[in-house]
Amino acid sequence: MAEKTYLQAISDGIRGEMRRDKRVFVLGEDVGVYGGAFKVTLGFQEEFGAWRVIDTPLSETAIVAGATGAAIMGMRPVAEMQFADFVSCAWDHLVTVAAKQRWRVGTPVPIVLRLPSGGGFSGGPFHSQNPESSFAHIPGLKCVCPATPEDAKGLMIAAIEDPNPVLFFEHKHLYRRIKGEVPDERYVTPIGKARTHQEGDDVSVITWGAMVYTAEEAAQQVDASVEIIDLRTVMPWDKQAVLDSVRKTSKVLVLHEDTRTGGFGGEIAATIAEEAFEDLDAPVRRLAAPDTPVPFSPVLEKAYIPQVDDVVRGLEELISY
Amino acid sequence: MTTGTAVDVVMPQMGVSVSEGTITKWNKQVGDTIEADETLLEISTDKVDTEVPSPASGVISEILVQEGETVDVGTVLARIGGEAGAAAPAPAAPVPEPATQPAADESEAAASEGQASEPAATAAPSGNGKSFVSPVVARIASEHGIDPTQVPGTGTGGRVTKKDIQAFIDSGEEAAPAAPAAPEAPAPAAPAPAAPAAPAPAATAPPAPAQTAQPPSDAGQPGVGETFEPMSAMRRGIAEHMRRSLDTSAHVTSAIEVDMSKVVQIREKLKKEYTAAYGINPTYLAFIARATAETLRDYPWINGELRGDKIVTRNYVNLGFAVELADGKGLIVPVVKNAETLNLLGMAKAIADVAKKARDKQLTPDDVVGGTFTITNPGGYGTFHGTPVISQPQAGILGTYAIVKRPWVITDENGADAIAIRSIMNLTLTYDHRLVDGALAGRFLRDLRERLQTWGESDY
Repeated sequence: MAEKTYLQAISDGIRGEMRRDKRVFVLGEDVGVYGGAFKVTLGFQEEFGAWRVIDTPLSETAIVAGATGAAIMGMRPVAEMQFADFVSCAWDHLVTVAAKQRWRVGTPVPIVLRLPSGGGFSGGPFHSQNPESSFAHIPGLKCVCPATPEDAKGLMIAAIEDPNPVLFFEHKHLYRRIKGEVPDERYVTPIGKARTHQEGDDVSVITWGAMVYTAEEAAQQVDASVEIIDLRTVMPWDKQAVLDSVRKTSKVLVLHEDTRTGGFGGEIAATIAEEAFEDLDAPVRRLAAPDTPVPFSPVLEKAYIPQVDDVVRGLEELISY
Repeated sequence: MTTGTAVDVVMPQMGVSVSEGTITKWNKQVGDTIEADETLLEISTDKVDTEVPSPASGVISEILVQEGETVDVGTVLARIGGEAGAAAPAPAAPVPEPATQPAADESEAAASEGQASEPAATAAPSGNGKSFVSPVVARIASEHGIDPTQVPGTGTGGRVTKKDIQAFIDSGEEAAPAAPAAPEAPAPAAPAPAAPAAPAPAATAPPAPAQTAQPPSDAGQPGVGETFEPMSAMRRGIAEHMRRSLDTSAHVTSAIEVDMSKVVQIREKLKKEYTAAYGINPTYLAFIARATAETLRDYPWINGELRGDKIVTRNYVNLGFAVELADGKGLIVPVVKNAETLNLLGMAKAIADVAKKARDKQLTPDDVVGGTFTITNPGGYGTFHGTPVISQPQAGILGTYAIVKRPWVITDENGADAIAIRSIMNLTLTYDHRLVDGALAGRFLRDLRERLQTWGESDY
């Protein structure tokens, strides 16, 4: 057990699997010599060589298509998008080929697509998005959004092991800011299993990624017992854990950094309404970014991404309802 | 009580589905002084007849609804106002249209919300206040037979929150509206036992009845390829009993092999005879039951029970027989009483009778209680071993298994060993080790085996 940053934990997860399994390799823009845009793969090329740590041309289409082809041939590629935002260039290969290959012809496509996502550092509209709901909507893809270093490593290993294309949304804001104990040995954090970040009785916050910490800070500022459920993965998502929590507290705030309309919170809120209607003591509340691109301006970005104060307000309204 | 305020007495909600009530009797008249919680009137609804306690102390200033009239829940029936402490020379006649006065106590007045005969300041809050019941509160209220408007609310605008209704239930107050103690017919002057109508003071409410019908925990939704079917009452009972038995007794199982050759031989002979003469088939189970009842007389603890800190033994054997129901979806354990008095024929007949009654669903409650020991017979399907669960509060259960022909080492009369083909059956005794030790169980099985192996024609 050692204290690691979120970024180190991701790096450890990939490195461990590369040492263990020769089929695992990484590819992406500047992942080799430069060690990746955020240095997740720093030192990888020295250890594993240029054939397993491949610097690709500046083409997300080529990266995802190449990874898909390699996976179909039996490899286990871990591909990096420098920013999650750029995955839209590879939409066709990801959504039309990788997601459907197994259902269409039966060949598994075990690719991991690393997607540095999220804002909070004035990255603007091209470098700050959280597009998990777009891909959660595509049958055949899995979407993983770890919040802690321990989960980042365990879910990375689970993603590499998984026979399906897995989109690994790693939150940039957490990279070096969040540290935590990470077991040295290999372990798998199951995809589709939520984590109770903190237990509480009065109100539930359902969230994932960096918003787990926003919720935690807000929970400390309200006079109530707040339960925080960290979904960990949004597709598949742990419906049972959410419903169990709702049945306990009867009040629920769904919180995410992605924009509101069509955000994954809508799916969660709808499911709660369908399956736990008789357990609700207040309307299900959603707290999310407004339906605009992410602004550059630090002031506007702060107004855009849900902040601790926003969550406190949301919680207080629910508590007093 | 101060002057210048008035408290409305409204037709209480006596149940979720009750919408109106009839005044059967006014116990006080205009001008009378009344204490809070003293009976003011008696009402009759389609669910209950009950007394309505006064919501406040004071002088009755108005009676608006006369005896025999039926009005909607929430209708103002009377007003209490004036000076409680003063002597009560009161106006003899109701004031036709008195100036409305603000209610003194919002929590009492809230029940009249919707009637809105007062100025807004006194009525229940607007918006989604007390009138709005959230889904979870509605569900809890209906499960407990509570009228949510009687629960003090702490939510926005006085809304009843889940916590409010849970606290209300925990305080035992829900017993009041749920337990009508007044007689069926409109009771005249005879004072009925305390059964305060809502809004009920907790002090006079009878203790809350235990909530036995807890909603079962939710199974969620069926997964892919799964189908849900409801649990029958029998299945629920079996599930509860099996779990409770394992939680109660220290289950240990011992097994023994029995050479049934003699029984097989005798049964072949008796089968024709009994069938022809009595229409009774002497099954192997009858032989085993007969031998068991006999053996149990020597082992009173195995026929016994742990009851509190006492060991119960009996001078009788009531044998239970596990009977599978025809649909394969349950079993029941009818009991043959005083099995120690039955010979083989009687045992065979008794077993056939209870099994038939069980399958025809003709068993009465008396037929399934009072067992002191149980025999279960899964051997019909060829199984050769098992670890049955004890039927509480007994101390043991005998399992009988398939009789199979096996090569068996026997010693002939000259003392020479030989291999013969014999009909062998396994028996298991599962016993409660809290009461029965392994050695005792072993001796019991040994003696039972001896009885079966040496069965003589006179042992019927």
